[in-house]
Amino acid sequence: MRTVFKTSYDADINMFQHGYQFGWYALLLIIALVLPFYLGSFWLGEMTSLLIWSIACMGLMILVGQTGQASLGHAAFLAIGAYANVLLQQRLGLPFLISFPLAGVIAGICGALIALPMARLHGIYLAIGTLAVTILVDDFIVIAAPLTNGVQGLFAPAIEIFGLTIDRYRTPMHFYYLALAVTLLVVFFYRNLLRSPLGRAFAAIRDSEISAQAMGVNIARTKAISFGISAGITGLGGALLGHYAGIFNNETFNIIISIQLLLAIVIGGLGSIHGAFFGAAVIAMLPQSIAIARDNLNWLSGSRAFSVPGMETAMFGLILVVFMLFEPRGIYGRWLKIRTYFELFPFYRKDMFRRQKSYLKTERMR
Amino acid sequence: MSLLEFDNVTLRFGGVVAVNQVSFNVEEGEVFALVGPNGAGKSTVFNLISRIYDPAEGDIRFDGKSILGMKPYDMARLGIARTFQNIELFEHATVMHNLLVGRHRHRKSNFLTELLFTPFVRSEERRHREAIEKVIDFLDLQVYRDKYIAGLPYGVRKIVEMGRALAIEPRLLLLDEPASGLSVEETQDVAFWVEDIKKQMGITVIMVEHDMHLVSAVSDRVLALADGKTLSLGTPQEVQSDPRVIEAYIGTTDENEEVLA
Amino acid sequence: MDVLQLLVSGLANGCVYGLIAMGFVLIYKATEGVNFAQGDFMMLGAFICVGLTNPQFMGLPFWVSVPVTIAAMGMFGYALDLVVIRRMFGQSQIALVILTIALGFVLRFIAGAIWGHEPISLASPIAGRDVRFGGLVLGLDEVFVIFVTILLTVVLWLYFNRTKLGVAMQASSQNQLAAYYMGIPVKRVHSLIWALSGMTAAVAGILFASKGSIDPSVGLLGIKAFAAAVIGGFGSLPGALLGGIIIGVIEPFAGRYMPSGYAQIMPYLLLFLILVFRPHGILAQVHAKKV
Repeated sequence: MRTVFKTSYDADINMFQHGYQFGWYALLLIIALVLPFYLGSFWLGEMTSLLIWSIACMGLMILVGQTGQASLGHAAFLAIGAYANVLLQQRLGLPFLISFPLAGVIAGICGALIALPMARLHGIYLAIGTLAVTILVDDFIVIAAPLTNGVQGLFAPAIEIFGLTIDRYRTPMHFYYLALAVTLLVVFFYRNLLRSPLGRAFAAIRDSEISAQAMGVNIARTKAISFGISAGITGLGGALLGHYAGIFNNETFNIIISIQLLLAIVIGGLGSIHGAFFGAAVIAMLPQSIAIARDNLNWLSGSRAFSVPGMETAMFGLILVVFMLFEPRGIYGRWLKIRTYFELFPFYRKDMFRRQKSYLKTERMR
Repeated sequence: MSLLEFDNVTLRFGGVVAVNQVSFNVEEGEVFALVGPNGAGKSTVFNLISRIYDPAEGDIRFDGKSILGMKPYDMARLGIARTFQNIELFEHATVMHNLLVGRHRHRKSNFLTELLFTPFVRSEERRHREAIEKVIDFLDLQVYRDKYIAGLPYGVRKIVEMGRALAIEPRLLLLDEPASGLSVEETQDVAFWVEDIKKQMGITVIMVEHDMHLVSAVSDRVLALADGKTLSLGTPQEVQSDPRVIEAYIGTTDENEEVLA
Repeated sequence: MDVLQLLVSGLANGCVYGLIAMGFVLIYKATEGVNFAQGDFMMLGAFICVGLTNPQFMGLPFWVSVPVTIAAMGMFGYALDLVVIRRMFGQSQIALVILTIALGFVLRFIAGAIWGHEPISLASPIAGRDVRFGGLVLGLDEVFVIFVTILLTVVLWLYFNRTKLGVAMQASSQNQLAAYYMGIPVKRVHSLIWALSGMTAAVAGILFASKGSIDPSVGLLGIKAFAAAVIGGFGSLPGALLGGIIIGVIEPFAGRYMPSGYAQIMPYLLLFLILVFRPHGILAQVHAKKV
């Protein structure tokens, strides 16, 4: 355990609590920067996909982990980001550097507009409302075929920034660095949010709406802003995903993706940036690891008994059930426990992180 | 002019009259206590002042202006802060964060500058934290500054909630049972703090409290409620010796019901 | 006549939605939890019945396999609560939502692994027969669905208002702690509610499978049923049925009179409008939290 002596207000305000912490993150950044030189193009592509999913997960995390509002509709914002980005390039001839942030802004505004009428909704109702949104957007893409090219899908062109071509297959390294840059930017925004009044207002809404209101927080407006920021970041992720996929249609962003995003951040650990990254790792890596595990098991057993369709989502579901039951704080929570164990060795006690048993706190009154 | 005017207010839930034509004025700089048996409508009065309920009849004025057209979140901006009977803190945040949320009404930055964390946001943060340190000093919360609420004992939570209300820098502070569940020593601390809040900070206090020792020690005037109706209003001594109040507390004899009818 | 037939088939569909929605509402009313896997419960019930009845599987008589299916789904619901759901006691609603979504994935996989992904329909004695009322030709299966749904609704209503256990369930839904102090075994009541909800889902599944074909992904119908529950008013059994019927009836009419593509979004559009303008549904029963 490290004790930090705070000698100024800035000690609490600064992004890193102490130099030691800064060191670790700097090391992580350096690894991320040199990684492309050591990875083959397949694994580089996988890493890029991980970064893109991290952006989407961070977007959702702001809403779910920070503000406590569940959304089963974030695939809709991925879709809005991806379509807006490509359409702005194709129809208006805007360069990527303009269409990309605009796509985020458009997704953000859509998010805020959707949230405003639903701000009165709590928990489960909000989840259902956002579920409806994701289905509506899916169908709208099909209906608005003249604009969106319907089920045929849209083709995302290669990105040009100041004469530099960024394409997933031709220049995978460039694409990786683009994704890394956007990821870092989003992390920067996220950290700033956490240490500013808005982030605290989000947490206030998450923990007690009634007293957040008594503290002068305009609940409806703050929720809409949270939705907006969350949808905007997810939209940026969607825009990158569009370029990464190369071609996409309404099916690319269906309701299963919405659900997977939510499940991923829960597995990762709600309420932290780390959790978003762990969750993204699960989404991005799970299909590959299952494929590898399946091949090995088939080879070992000498049969094709393990090649059952639908295995991926089922594994995903099963992992999640296990986490919900045994580690509700997700991978990040588990990581904290392991770290504390080593820091305190041999004084760690098993019930150090034990949650208090509680009866259901009812949200309704009769 | 009184700071808060509660003018002939009635509130109904379906057929039940929770508050029945209650009127009182709270003067600037006084400690005003609401007492009465359970279900008398004390917390309901607080919820009316913080705009959670809309009265069916009557008017509530703060600083001479009716607050009935305002939203619940406008109350903090007006300078009305409150605590809750069953502590409503932000469980998954530290004491420091809880107090800082109290500073929300003083927020001058917007979400764009906060996303970029401009130097202005930083200087504002310093200012907020300086204000919070004063509250922490006042309530002796130094030890708990960086602790999460979820792990704190009940008594400390009560005090943190009071601190969060003070962080608003209110003109009017509503304390809902500040001493319930506290030990004798802690209750004494609360008594001192209420005195200091009134004298040093110049904040007007309305409190709901069952502990009559605390009420008579700190309050200037007391309003006794029963079944949503005004029973008695006056100094603590006057109210405590009022036969109607004694009846209401001692039990529901036939005679008592006559008085209430 | 055409319109009437459309109406009856819409009603029959709506009844199935309504039954699934009632499963949601049962659990929500009693435990404040939301079972997002309710559609997959229905799917599982349907497949169990298919597995017992259809000649290519076990080939039992229909009237034997129906009660067995219902009992099996009841036990499944009870066991699920006992082993999994109960551990979530005291956690937030959303945690349970996420857990049940994940369970749905697992159930879909299991059903696919056992019964395959090809659409199957139930070999029931009511499938493919007609009933004639004057000039009106109606499917026996559709009339049967409507009839059974009405019957089940009445039974459930009687259960909650007339039996001791039903009243205990209502009590524990209104104040868990108080119910606990009153000697109501809250945890067991919850397990029983899950069992009841599984049985309702089984009935819905049997009806659905005798009307048309099923495959493992049919559980996604649960989303439509969810919409139904919200439209009717979460927490109200008649509301759930009403919401189901509204959606069931809107669908065929929108399909007939609106351009394609618009028809399938109508239920969700309606859901969205209800959420915005009447958030607690047509028959609202939810109140604000008390402070």
